[in-house]
Amino acid sequence: MSTVATNQQTGFVGKASNYLDERTSISGAVKEFGRKIFPDHWSFLLGEVALYSFVIILLSGSFLTFFFQASMDVVTYTGSYVPLKGIEMSAAMSSTLDISFDLRGGLLMRQIHHWAALLFVAAIGLHMLRVFFTGAFRKPRELNWSIGFVLFVLAMAEGFTGYSLPDDLLSGNGLRIIDGMVNAVPVVGTWITFLLFGGEFPGSDIVGRLYTLHILLLPAILLIFIVLHLMFVIIHKHTQYPGPGKTENNVVGFPILPVYAAKAGGFFFIVFGVVALMASLVTINPIWVYGPYDPSPVSAGTQPDWYIGFADGALRLIPPHLETVWLGYVWSWNILIPILILLVFLAAVFAYPFIEAWVTGDKREHHLLDRPRNAPARTAIGAAGVTFYAVLWAAASSDIIATHFKVTMEGVINTLQILLILGPIIAFAVTKRVCLALQKKDRTMALHGFETGRIVRMPGGEYIEVHQQLDEYDRWKLVSFNDNAPLMLRPNPKGKITGGMRARARLSRWFFEDRIAPVTPTEHALELEQSHH
Amino acid sequence: MRNKTSRSARRSGRRGPLASIVLIALGLAATGGAYVAFSSVSATASIDLSSPAVIDEGSKLFAANCATCHGMQAQGTANGPSLIGVGSAAVDFQVGTGRMPMQAQGPQALKKPVQFTAEQTSALAAYVSSLAPGPSIPTQTQLENGNVSNGGELFRINCAMCHNVAGAGGALTEGKFAPVLKGVAAVHVYEAMLTGPQNMPVFNDLNLTPDEKKDIIAYLAYNEANPSPGGLELGSLGPVSEGLFLWIFGLGSIVALTVWITAKSN
Ligand code: HEC
Ligand code: HEC
Repeated sequence: MSTVATNQQTGFVGKASNYLDERTSISGAVKEFGRKIFPDHWSFLLGEVALYSFVIILLSGSFLTFFFQASMDVVTYTGSYVPLKGIEMSAAMSSTLDISFDLRGGLLMRQIHHWAALLFVAAIGLHMLRVFFTGAFRKPRELNWSIGFVLFVLAMAEGFTGYSLPDDLLSGNGLRIIDGMVNAVPVVGTWITFLLFGGEFPGSDIVGRLYTLHILLLPAILLIFIVLHLMFVIIHKHTQYPGPGKTENNVVGFPILPVYAAKAGGFFFIVFGVVALMASLVTINPIWVYGPYDPSPVSAGTQPDWYIGFADGALRLIPPHLETVWLGYVWSWNILIPILILLVFLAAVFAYPFIEAWVTGDKREHHLLDRPRNAPARTAIGAAGVTFYAVLWAAASSDIIATHFKVTMEGVINTLQILLILGPIIAFAVTKRVCLALQKKDRTMALHGFETGRIVRMPGGEYIEVHQQLDEYDRWKLVSFNDNAPLMLRPNPKGKITGGMRARARLSRWFFEDRIAPVTPTEHALELEQSHH
Repeated sequence: MRNKTSRSARRSGRRGPLASIVLIALGLAATGGAYVAFSSVSATASIDLSSPAVIDEGSKLFAANCATCHGMQAQGTANGPSLIGVGSAAVDFQVGTGRMPMQAQGPQALKKPVQFTAEQTSALAAYVSSLAPGPSIPTQTQLENGNVSNGGELFRINCAMCHNVAGAGGALTEGKFAPVLKGVAAVHVYEAMLTGPQNMPVFNDLNLTPDEKKDIIAYLAYNEANPSPGGLELGSLGPVSEGLFLWIFGLGSIVALTVWITAKSN
């Protein structure tokens, strides 16, 4: 009773919030949520960029649904774009042209939607890289990494289905490739494509079906996973970079309300502004140039949007003629192998946190991030993965590389084929060495301080450079990191050493045999002692 | 005194405002007329290609510039194919776009600055077509008033696989390529279809009727005259250049902004 009495508020806002609170007890949640602390670092905003792009996509996409017709019925175009007047096309294509040319603001909305979609996936990608290289996926956040991975895949699926909706020549050729890939699946492939396309490709159903996926099913799942993802961020609290005063048990930063929320709100408009600027200045997907889909023509330089590029690249890099006839079927290894490689790659991305946790045997919770150099093996694996992906990605534009750098297409393909295998190996080795070198430098800095540039001549004639010790704060950054050592191979309680344990020990050795231990306080004290003599 | 004379001189000697307008109009008409006359020279070759004097002139030019590769009688050598029967269209295209005389062996004879005047080119064409009949240079009426939308459809079906839907060019095998079609004269587009230079197939009048060729030309002209309504075209290269733009400028500027925002608070 008494709480209600003291909570009596005056004024409209006060009364309204009181009304709400008495019926929902929401104030507790708001208080709890509002007190959450978010640390401030630019790389922590990348996920937010993805979130805001998604909001932009949702808003502009809703606008587009009012005018888009997801139908493959054949109509004759009568809109105002001259070079397509009188041409037969699907209602989907025709309505997209109408959105572009005969609807006020329609083209801008289309371009905002498409640019934001490209940004969405790119921001997710960069955010994933940040999480990977700082080790933010470690316990307790492995599950949230998995959720994020699902979001990444869903975003690509959203992008691809959207790209296919206008039923123009470019997207039709994209679907043709999907059709070919599904057809390559032994035994059931043909049946599946007939099911997917409602008959022989291209059929007359696919746009309607993709539309349902694109505006209903995928966004709904995406939204659920985004909510889960954010809930986990709140539950786990945010990670932070190591630094003075930052521990595994606290979070240093601003509370969500009011500071962080205000900043985030402003940041949304900044992202929106950048997207709107791009959309108003730069053409994206000019379907009017591509014309309506027709199974016979293909344009030179036909590529998918960037995030599907790595898949296209895999198809381009696989050597030709890898086909066998077996059991009365043609086994198109030149399609099956790339599909397999892509699936394995994606699976590895998905599973990495679990693999690393198993290899290191680390069951501690981690709320402080690693500096990439302090986890040389992981950073090197990441660099190898990025290189692998980048080569596949570059391969998707092999023809454009050839014309623009005046080299032969075969040369580009062969070079990339070699790079696809050698590149990751080299990237791994180089990155690991660089990390170790940086760690060594940190170690010297922590022990001896930095060079002052002051040269002193000793009584004996010897010259030395005076080193200045770092202050506590700076040294803290250099010495506070986890020192993982290779696991010892010890028999289990039954006194046995299993094959799994052996593999684990071997992997653990591979992970951690090259390492630089952080400077310990005793070591530092000893060093100081010595330098005073 | 001086003042007075100069003033009267100005009054009597200078022309009135109306006169300047007439003068400008005359000037415009003259340059316009000259332009029309000039451009029709290059297109319709008002020079009579069958006149012996022109052929003779062409034969001399040929002997001096082309015979080393194509042979004294244009019969062909190890360095260049026979030109018997290639017609005036092939010569006008190859010389008029600067591909011939070829300079360096490579995957493909490249375009260079044009080396002959319109008359000299016509003379060379006259000489080669006098050796044997072949496809001839189109007249101006063969290039005008095509149907843009039909041309677009024909272009997508017949040309886009090599030249890209927007005519932005594309790669072929072994370093060969289909060039960008921006800035190519209508007459050369027609001749390219008619003669199929190098790795381009020939589109004879049964493949693409003269009217259809006209339509394609009209489509290319429309595209060139009307830049993209969506803004910058990024080379009309499609998703590759869009993706690069997004990563470099889009995400680049956003990352810069995130750094800025968080730097402010520290
Ligand atoms: C350095 C050697 C060289 C010189 C000089 C040269 N050509 Fe050629 N020409 C070639 C080669 C090689 C080809 C075949 C490849 C091609 O079509 O570009 C060719 C092709 C041609 C063709 C196309 C034939 C066809 O089948 O369509 C024409 C027309 C032609 N040349 C005209 C000329 C004329 C006119 C000159 C002189 C102004 C000339 N060329 C000078 C080497 C040469
Ligand atoms: C098989 C691929 C291919 C197809 C199909 C093709 N071209 Fe070409 N085209 C080429 C190549 C290769 C060249 C360069 C030839 C050269 O340099 O001599 C070329 C050159 C041209 C040129 C000369 C461009 C310049 O810069 O001087 C024009 C014009 C042209 N093509 C128009 C067309 C049109 C119109 C069509 C469709 C009716 C078409 N092409 C179809 C491959 C193709």
